[in-house]
Amino acid sequence: MEVKFTKSHEWIRIEENTATIGITDYAQKELGDIVFVELPEAGDNLIQGQQFATIESTKAAAEVYAPLSGEVLELNAALSDNPQLVNESPQSQGWMVKVRIRDVSQLQSLLDEDAYKDFIGKENK
Amino acid sequence: MNREIIFNKSVPGRKSSFLNECGVSFEDIKQFIPARFLRERLEFPSLGELDVVRHYINLSKLNFSVDANFYPLGSCTMKYNPKLNEDLAGIKEFGSIHPYQDQDLVQGALKLVYDLGKVLCAVTGMSRFSFQAAAGAQAELAGLLIIRAYHNLNKNSRSKVIIPDSAHGTNPATASMCGYDVVVVKSTPEGLVDVDELSKVVDDDTAAIMLTNPNTLGLFEERILDISDILHKKKAFLYYDGANFNPLMGVVDPFSMGFDVIHLNLHKTFSTPHGSGGPGVGALGVIDKLKEFLPVPVVDKKNDVYFFNYELRNTIGRVKAFYGNFLVLVKAYAYILRLGRQGLKRVAENSVLNARYIKEKLKNHYKAVSLKACMHEVVFSCEHQRDNGVSVLEIAKRLIDFGIHPPTIYFPLIVKEALMVEPTETESKETLDHFISAMKEINSEIQFSPQKFKYAPFTTPVRRVDETAAARSPDLRWKKTGG
Repeated sequence: MEVKFTKSHEWIRIEENTATIGITDYAQKELGDIVFVELPEAGDNLIQGQQFATIESTKAAAEVYAPLSGEVLELNAALSDNPQLVNESPQSQGWMVKVRIRDVSQLQSLLDEDAYKDFIGKENK
Repeated sequence: MNREIIFNKSVPGRKSSFLNECGVSFEDIKQFIPARFLRERLEFPSLGELDVVRHYINLSKLNFSVDANFYPLGSCTMKYNPKLNEDLAGIKEFGSIHPYQDQDLVQGALKLVYDLGKVLCAVTGMSRFSFQAAAGAQAELAGLLIIRAYHNLNKNSRSKVIIPDSAHGTNPATASMCGYDVVVVKSTPEGLVDVDELSKVVDDDTAAIMLTNPNTLGLFEERILDISDILHKKKAFLYYDGANFNPLMGVVDPFSMGFDVIHLNLHKTFSTPHGSGGPGVGALGVIDKLKEFLPVPVVDKKNDVYFFNYELRNTIGRVKAFYGNFLVLVKAYAYILRLGRQGLKRVAENSVLNARYIKEKLKNHYKAVSLKACMHEVVFSCEHQRDNGVSVLEIAKRLIDFGIHPPTIYFPLIVKEALMVEPTETESKETLDHFISAMKEINSEIQFSPQKFKYAPFTTPVRRVDETAAARSPDLRWKKTGG
C-alpha cells in the first residue's frame, strides 16, 4: 500500500488498481471548519487534473482536483451528514472517493510524502 | 428584555380589537375551496397592540447598521446612503406608478431613466446603459451573454474566459454559467495581474477577461493598457466588474482603460441601499459596437417623447421582468445630481485618502499585503497575530466590542488571514482614529491576553455565534413547541 500526494493538496492511497482519494491535513487546516462536501456519483469518470468535488468551509469554497483518471467505484457517504470527518481525520475516515485507476503511468506525476512535505514547506516559505 | 420570539409571547384571549367582527358568513367557503386547502386554526399569536409595538421596537434596537456604527466592509462598497435619496424615491409620483401605465403618463420617469443612462455614459465612457439587471452578478451574466452573442454573430465562437486569482467569486461563476471554461491567471508578488503569464494564455479562443480595477487587494492595475492590448489584439473583450469603481469616479473612466462591457453596482458606488437581498441594480454599460446587443427594452427619445424601445437588432432579450428596480434608479440619479462631476471626483479622492490613512497608521501593527499605495481599500494579513494564537476571525469578533462592524475576512483568497478594510469617503477622521486605536488595542491584547479572544464579543446581546454548527446543520424554521 502506497500513499502519494499532489501539489493541489490531495492524497491518494493506492491498493492494486484502486485509488482512495482525499485532501491532506495541510489542506483541511488551511480551509478551517468544513461544513459541506459535494462528491461525484459512483460511475462518474474522473479526469486527471480536473475538478471532481467541492468543499465548503466557513472561510471559503475550494475545488478538489482528480489526481488520476478513472471511474468512481465508491464514495464516502458519511461526509454528507458529517463533513467534519475531513477535519478530524483527513487521511482516514475523511476519505472522499475510491476510483478504479485507468492509467498506471499517471502515478508517476504524483509526489511521494517527502516531496510533498518539501513542497508545502516552500509554499509557506 | 424578554427576547422570546413573538409566538412565544402569545397570551390566549389577548388581542388588539381594532377590527370589528366580520358581518359576512363564511359558511359557504368550502364550496369554493377544496377542504385540503382550508385550515381550522391560524397560528397567529394573541397580543395587545403595545406588546407588538414593543416587540418590534426592541428588535430594531438590536440592529447593527451603517446609520449607527462604522461599517468598514471591504470589496463591496457599503457606503452611507444620504437620506435625500430616500426622500426623493418616496415622492408618490415615483412610488405609485405602475409598469402597465401608458408611456405618455410616465414621461418624467422615462426621462429620469434616459438621463441617468447619459450621465453614467459620461462618467464611464461607455455608449449605452441598460438598467434591467437587479444585481451586479445578473449584469455580469448579461454582459458575458452579449460578448458571446457578438462572437457568435461574427462566426467566431470562443470557449475561454480569463480571470485573475484575486477576482470576486461572481466572475468565475458568471463565466462558467455562460458555458465558458475559466482560465485563472496568477497575480505577481506585488498583487497585480501577471501580464507575462496573461500573454501566454490569451489566444484566438479567448472571449474575454473579467477584471475589477482597483483589484480586490485595493491596488490599481497599473498595466491595464498592456492588458487591454493583449486582449484586443486577439479580438477578445475586457469586462469591467464595477464593484470597485468608487475610487475612480471622475478620475479615470473604464473606456479609457480599454474596457468594452462594464457593470456598475448602483447599490454600492451610487449609494442606494445595499444588502439583505436588494433591491439592487446592476447597470450594464457597453461600447458603441455592442449597443445593439443590450437587453430590451431600453428607454429612447424621439421628438422629445420618451418611449420603450424593443427594437435593438441583436438584443440578447430580457433578463428581468418589466424595467428593473426603478426606485433604485431615482436614488442613484439623486446622488449623482447632488454631487455633480466635481463631487463624484471628491468622493473618489476621499475614499482613497481614508484607506491610505488607515494603512499608514496600522502598517507597523498589522502586515500590509502590498507595499504599493492602496486605493479605496487596504488588505492586511494577520498571519503574525495567528502565530500568536489569535485568528483573524477572532480579531473581527473582538472589533464588535468597540462598536465596529467586522471587516471582510479571509478574502481575497490569495491572502492568508486576510483582513480587508474599506472605510469609504463619508467617514470622519475621528471615526477612522477610533478604528485605528481599536485595532492597536486589539493587537496589544493579543500579546498579553490571547485567551480572551476565544469568547469575544462580550458586549453584544448574543455572544459568540457557532457559525460552523449553523452551516453544518442549519435550523431554518421555527416549530411550535408544546400545545
